[in-house]
Amino acid sequence: MGTMETNEAGLIARILAGEKELFHELIRPYERMVYLTLFAIVKNETEAEDGAQEAVISAYRHLASFRGDAKFSTWLTTIAINQGRKRLRKAKSAAEESIEEQTDSHEGDFTPAPLTDWREIPLEALERKELREALRAAVAELPDIYRQVFVLRDLEEQNIEETAEALGINPGAVKVRLHRARIMLQKRLVPFLKTTAPARRGFFGRAL
Amino acid sequence: MNLDCKHVWEHISEYIDKTVHAELRKDIELHLEHCEICSAILDSTRNILILTADDRTFELPVGYSKRLHQRLKDEIEKSKQEPPVGETK
Repeated sequence: MGTMETNEAGLIARILAGEKELFHELIRPYERMVYLTLFAIVKNETEAEDGAQEAVISAYRHLASFRGDAKFSTWLTTIAINQGRKRLRKAKSAAEESIEEQTDSHEGDFTPAPLTDWREIPLEALERKELREALRAAVAELPDIYRQVFVLRDLEEQNIEETAEALGINPGAVKVRLHRARIMLQKRLVPFLKTTAPARRGFFGRAL
Repeated sequence: MNLDCKHVWEHISEYIDKTVHAELRKDIELHLEHCEICSAILDSTRNILILTADDRTFELPVGYSKRLHQRLKDEIEKSKQEPPVGETK
């Protein structure tokens, strides 16, 4: 057990024994994670923030039911996911849409976009604001089941088992979905990387 | 074993996560040594993941933390009038 878990277990025991204010401290390392999990599901800032607040309040109210057999972060993620799904169902039934879950049977070509010259991706391109925007947009456009796995794994940096447990799917499905999500993003962003690459210096010489 | 590019692409995600078994890993590395296309695909995918994990890419709404803790503070105050935390209704 790492020091983080030890501290957490201690904090949880104290909160349950009556030091309720310590819940602020318990939740602080996970604020970002809770928000991002909500955002991956509802895809709307206001809804994600409201949902994140609800999820944290719910975790506070139900803390005694946390048994410590899972990690606290996984337990919290599950609460956040449930909160997100609840909001999604509400929004969808309002729109009279089907709430059928998507499956892995997506038709699609999951091969990456080849680059003819890898030097076309200068490291400084990663510092560009436009690229961040393009990435945010590309993540938002991923099919739901791929986006949720991608956000938990690559944004929140949870491991395969934690991601599987939180989403209620098996680790094999996490790997497949993650692979597809990454390839889809690579494909979407490669043309962008190419067009934003600075012109080669040799060009000016030739133009003269 | 000589891998073709397509085979490498199929395992690129697991390769990044270091979950491919040792033998396949060696074959992929051999392929990458002489294949610029696959090296570029690997690089670009890795760069996207670096960018994803960068806190500046996915930012939280301004004031999110403050509002969250205020809400929590109100809830804690409220629960003090009640029996211990966790007693669900």
